[in-house]
Amino acid sequence: MTETSSPLKYLGQPIERIEDATLLRGAAAYTDDIPVPVGTLHAAILRSPHAHAEITSIDVAAAEKQPGVHAVLTGQDIKELTEPFLIVLRVPLDQWSLAVDRVRFVGEAVAVVIADDRYLAEDALDHIEVKYNPIEAIIGTMDAAQEDAVLVHPAAGTNVVSRRDFSYGEPEKAFAEADRIIENTIDYPRNSQTPLEGFVVVANYLPGEESYDILSNFQGPFTVHPVMSKALRCKGSQLRMRSPAYSGGGFGVKQAIFPYVVLMCVASRKVGRPIKWVEDRLEHLTAAIAAPNRVIEAKAAVMNDGKIIGLHFEQWDDYGAYLRPPMPGPLYRQHGIMTGAYDVPNMTIINNLVMTNKTPSGMVRGFGGPQIYYGLERLIHTIAVELGLDPLDVIKKNLIPADAFPYRAAAGALIGSGDYQQALEISENEGKLAELKKHRDDMRAEGKLYGIGYAAVVEPAQSNMGYLSTINTVEERKKAGPKGGNVAIATVNIDPLGTVSVTADSIPQGQGHATVLAQIVADEMGLTPEDIIVNMERDTQRDPWSIATGNYSSRFSSSTVVSAQMAAKRVRAKLADIAAQTLNVPAEDVEFAGGQVFAKGNPENTLRFSRVAGTTHWSPGELPADMAPGITETATWSPPELEPPNDKDQINTSLTYGFVFDICGLEVDKVTGEVRIDKYVTMHDSGNILNPLLADGQVYGAFGWGLGIALSEEFVYSEDGSFLSGTFADYLCPTAPEVPEPQILHMVTPEPFTPLGAKGIGEGNVMSTPVCVANAVSDAIGIRDLQLPLSPSKLMSLIDDDEPAAPKSIADAKPATSKPKSGRGLSGSGQAIVPVPPTEVWDTLLDPVKLAAVIPGCHELDLVGENSYTADISIGVGAVKGRFQAHVKLSDLHPPDSVILGGGMTGPLGSSSGGGRVTLTAVDGGTRVDYDYEVEITGKVAAIGGRMLDGASRVLVDQFFKRLIAQIEGGDANAGDAAGSWWSRLLKFLGAG
Amino acid sequence: MPQLNQETKHKINFTLNGKAVSGYTEPRTLLSDFLRQEMALMGVHVSCEHGVCGSCTVQIDGKAVRSCLTFAVQVEGRAVDTVESLADENGELSDLQIAFRKHHGLQCGYCTPGILMSVEAFLEINPKPNEDEIREMLSGHICRCTGYTGMVKAIQDVVETR
Ligand code: FES
Ligand code: FES
Repeated sequence: MTETSSPLKYLGQPIERIEDATLLRGAAAYTDDIPVPVGTLHAAILRSPHAHAEITSIDVAAAEKQPGVHAVLTGQDIKELTEPFLIVLRVPLDQWSLAVDRVRFVGEAVAVVIADDRYLAEDALDHIEVKYNPIEAIIGTMDAAQEDAVLVHPAAGTNVVSRRDFSYGEPEKAFAEADRIIENTIDYPRNSQTPLEGFVVVANYLPGEESYDILSNFQGPFTVHPVMSKALRCKGSQLRMRSPAYSGGGFGVKQAIFPYVVLMCVASRKVGRPIKWVEDRLEHLTAAIAAPNRVIEAKAAVMNDGKIIGLHFEQWDDYGAYLRPPMPGPLYRQHGIMTGAYDVPNMTIINNLVMTNKTPSGMVRGFGGPQIYYGLERLIHTIAVELGLDPLDVIKKNLIPADAFPYRAAAGALIGSGDYQQALEISENEGKLAELKKHRDDMRAEGKLYGIGYAAVVEPAQSNMGYLSTINTVEERKKAGPKGGNVAIATVNIDPLGTVSVTADSIPQGQGHATVLAQIVADEMGLTPEDIIVNMERDTQRDPWSIATGNYSSRFSSSTVVSAQMAAKRVRAKLADIAAQTLNVPAEDVEFAGGQVFAKGNPENTLRFSRVAGTTHWSPGELPADMAPGITETATWSPPELEPPNDKDQINTSLTYGFVFDICGLEVDKVTGEVRIDKYVTMHDSGNILNPLLADGQVYGAFGWGLGIALSEEFVYSEDGSFLSGTFADYLCPTAPEVPEPQILHMVTPEPFTPLGAKGIGEGNVMSTPVCVANAVSDAIGIRDLQLPLSPSKLMSLIDDDEPAAPKSIADAKPATSKPKSGRGLSGSGQAIVPVPPTEVWDTLLDPVKLAAVIPGCHELDLVGENSYTADISIGVGAVKGRFQAHVKLSDLHPPDSVILGGGMTGPLGSSSGGGRVTLTAVDGGTRVDYDYEVEITGKVAAIGGRMLDGASRVLVDQFFKRLIAQIEGGDANAGDAAGSWWSRLLKFLGAG
Repeated sequence: MPQLNQETKHKINFTLNGKAVSGYTEPRTLLSDFLRQEMALMGVHVSCEHGVCGSCTVQIDGKAVRSCLTFAVQVEGRAVDTVESLADENGELSDLQIAFRKHHGLQCGYCTPGILMSVEAFLEINPKPNEDEIREMLSGHICRCTGYTGMVKAIQDVVETR
């Protein structure tokens, strides 16, 4: 067969997406929209309110009796039926899909209820009784790295479960010879791009085949397929993973669904019915995953002219409570390219992998890049400040020279192409840097805090499947066998009427891969993209796949497209051979265009495309003698450049390396601390662009999230491990007014190591934008140590305030610079007048029966000792309702004047402890009750937001006094119940009432 | 409002995308769940159920409303419109939908139906908004994929041509 090609008509063009006609109608079937097997039951998960605790007992008897409940599973069931998940390290960090004996982060799955519907399953959660014995939680990464720290996994004997030193070139010599050693330490926060669609799993155990059929929005990589099948003690072929064509966003995060896949498989096997589970937002934010937070101590050996001769990075990457495959990917994915865009031959890297009592870390867009470039590009900026140079000059001084490509970086990355100097030049000119600098001068002259920042980033794409083995020593790697490569797979098929269909091993999450595949195949076949049917569903029992299959590391544009084009070329070659017989020309003279197959230079001598394709179906006997029948081709491709790590620990971590250069001009408002992005220029060399409309879409999207990282997004924990960011009202995603349109610039140096010449483009701004903004803020306010996100309150606390007094409303708002020690702190005080004398109030408060009637939601109140009670109370805060066990102790009694109440509550939604004083004073018309209280709340209730809690506690206190009055007056205590009005207030607060 | 019994299903009658419909629902069932599960409208997307993200937005009597903060029983006698109502009888996309496609205003498309419903309700009140007003209106929605630029351009395009 001879390979020929038509000139590209569609590839490279801004073709509108073929996916959109379905999506815009609301007709796309996401996982939750797909019909489930008859008899499917629904799951709800009980989660830990504690960051660290022993589970002393779990009583599921009452939950099992609830209406519609079929089963309740706990860690013991899981331990019996599954193996712990495999991890990359030989360290005992056992983990199952439900907590076994111990919980290690708030939100960890403890039990699962299977019921007729989701509402009933959730109802039953309240009836599971778990007794915990809390243990001190370890939250701070550097605290966890201390020798005497509480251990997250005692069996591991340390929280630093891996530490490796790497040395490339002669770093000691460089540091000895340098004019200056300049340091900067960064502490990158926990965040995630949080797709709008959460996890969805439908699991069905098929007893005849002893296999599991899974429909889920898992996005790959399929390296975790063996992890799941090993856990389930089944063969790979017995774990059928199906994913739909549409997903509500992934950003890497949907890789972390796999523990739930295993959990629902076990549940289905136990119950004998298909099981569906849909994650809710609180579960997602609390317990799905986060990008690892990371501390980097970065040092540069520099000469006085700004030339960097050596780098030293020590990193502490925080993986939270468990090391879930493919973790610790973010610590190693960039390993080969740790020197970024700079020509620095000498480098030391020390990687520490730290466990803490936080949500396990996982895959998130950027995958280690945002962390590393926050370290590296802040260091570059710091070098400039310390040497009194312009940061842009320091960048230019150190960039990899344009004539050095292909360039082998110190730690092993092989960068195929680039011209970073030209990229900077275009950015400066088209981004009008001179004007921007002048604008900065003008603004500063007016007394404004205005700054300019830069960031230069090398954007890796298409990971080497062997990069993670760099965590093991050379000897360990030799024993385990070499790991490298990355296999891409696509199939092109033609039906009897000549319709071309394509499948491929990307599991798109909204990027428009179907459109690009249609462009590629249409060009080969002389058809239009609309003629091509692309089906992006994937099924591990029916479609070819490899461990590399999936949507991650921007592999689509460097790899999947290559296999699709290869498959299309093979089909085309076959069609050309068939047509050549009839057209009576050599196969290399057969051309494809406009739905016709014709002789080169003689378009009259032509056949319809569908007719040629049909021959392979209708009359295989007519085919050329040596040709196989049928017309379907599957092509696989793995680039040879992705070699395993060598004996010097050098690793070419990715196949392609794009280049991003950003310029940001911004103002920090002196009065509010708010950052206003004034100008943002982002230059991309992504090699050949397959579809400019979609490529720019990736840049806009990554930029949007980059701003979120820079300015507002963080998963916040208190020191005791309570999680405080459980709603989108607490975890602040940027909205349209906060995300200006960036100026996007492009240049092209085609990638030599992939046939279509395309590099990645979807992750660059997630790496460049946060640090570019931080550099600009640092330039504006003249402060080096900046902790992301740069929220107004944080910046206010950094800015000198010899400025005009802020408006009163702002001045009153306390900047929330320090994190609470434990959970959410609530405090309040108030007054109420009760129309009876103090003695009567006193008697009511001290009478268990009367008190029970007064406490809102109290079902039972027992006297368990002198002035000591236990109570069973239901409380609802917004949509989160729960039953709590309360214990209350009265002390410091001065009848009938004052008393101190102390105690706490625990329940499935969390726990609280605190106290308050009540003072009774006789006044005209009765008694004035003065009270103040201070309560700390942990668990789910803490996560859903202080905004609601303050209001809710006021409502509860209000209810208490209304009921007290009603009780004393002999009326119905429920008369004062404000539950109805509370609900309507909540609706009003949320803008719906 | 009449007293509703928590355990029993109640009949509700309302207009859905221009057609009179009825169904049975428990008082605690959210409108979002009801539209998806009982009315089979999978264009109603649920993401936060806290009223923050806007994915679940539908129109009730022409006003954009979060269906995750509304109980199904509350739409008795009202007119509910969802994204499924936007394309015309022949299935042709509306000018707004076409503009979203042209300007790449969507990626995963999960936020899109809610945004389209808000934009339509907004343009009824303010047919000629400027960019700031458009962005302000969009701030009731979270999109994690697009960075908003494409959708702002799409809306501007419609504002100019309508
Ligand atoms: S799902 Fe209703 S606002 Fe988010
Ligand atoms: S397009 Fe994915 S959330 Fe908006």
